[in-house]
Amino acid sequence: MSETAAHPTPKLYWIIALILAVVTAIEVAIPSIPALDPIKVPALLILGAVKFAIVVAFFMHLKYDTALFRSLFLIGVFGSIPLFVVVLLTFNSL
Amino acid sequence: MATHTAPDPALDAHAGGHDVHKTRKTAMWVFLGSECLFFGSMIATFLLYRNTTEGGPGAELFNVPFTSASSFVLLMSSLTMVLAHNAFERKDSRQGRVWLAGTALLGSIFLAGQIFEFTEFVHEGLTLSTSPFGSSFYMLTGFHGAHVAIGVMMLAAMFILSLTGRLNDEHGLNVELVGLYWHFVDIVWIVIFTVIYLLQV
Repeated sequence: MSETAAHPTPKLYWIIALILAVVTAIEVAIPSIPALDPIKVPALLILGAVKFAIVVAFFMHLKYDTALFRSLFLIGVFGSIPLFVVVLLTFNSL
Repeated sequence: MATHTAPDPALDAHAGGHDVHKTRKTAMWVFLGSECLFFGSMIATFLLYRNTTEGGPGAELFNVPFTSASSFVLLMSSLTMVLAHNAFERKDSRQGRVWLAGTALLGSIFLAGQIFEFTEFVHEGLTLSTSPFGSSFYMLTGFHGAHVAIGVMMLAAMFILSLTGRLNDEHGLNVELVGLYWHFVDIVWIVIFTVIYLLQV
C-alpha cells in the first residue's frame, strides 16, 4: 500500500489560490466595516486559521502525506499554544 | 529445499534512496515543527509589548493596504512554488524553472516591500530601540524577512542547479524540501498579518 495519496493537479492549485485570494480580500475588508466590529477578532482569527490550514493541507501536501509528518508538524503548531499562554501568563498579560 | 536468491543491487539502491528521501523529509518536518515554536514565542512577545510604546509611535503606523498587497504577493508565491514542484515531478524542467524564477521574484518583491515599510517606520520614529513595541515588532518581522531572504537564495540555487543539469531525479526531493520551507514562510506570514497587522488597527 502506498504511503501517500496522489497529489492535486495544477488546476486544483489555481482554484485553491483563488480561494486564498478571496479569503484575504475578506480579511482586509473586515476591519474597515464598523458594523462588523463586535465579531472582528474571532472572524479574523477564523479566516487566518482557514488560510493556514488550506496552505498546509494542499500546498504542503500534508493532507496527502504520512501520519508521521502530520504528527511532527502538529506537535509544533499545538505546542506553540501552551508556550503562547505561558509567556503571556508569566507577564500577567492574558 | 529453499532457494537462496541474491539481493538485487538496483532494488537495494531504490530502497536506500527511499529511506534517504523519507529521512530528509522527516528532518524537514521536525525543523518546521520547531520553527512553529520559535515564531510562536516571538508572536507572544509582540503581543506582550504591543501597548508598550514608551510615548513613541505604535500600531497606528501600520499601512494595512500596503501590507495587504505584500501579503497577497507572498500568498501567490506559494502557488508558483507548488506549480514548480509539480512541474519537476512531471520532469518538465523548463516549466519548473519558470515557476521557480517566478517564486523567487515574488519573494524578492515581498522583501522589497518590507524594506520600504521598515524605512518608512524609521522615518516616522519607530526604531529597534524606540520602545519594547518597536523591538518586538522588528525582531518578529525581521526574522520572518530573514527566512524569506534565505528562501529566495535557496530558490536561486535550485534554479542554477536546474540550468546546469544538476537538478535531476536524484535531487528532486530538494525542490520538495525547499517548497515545504517556502510554504512554511508563507503560513507564518498569514499568522503575522492577521495577529500583528489586522488585529492591531
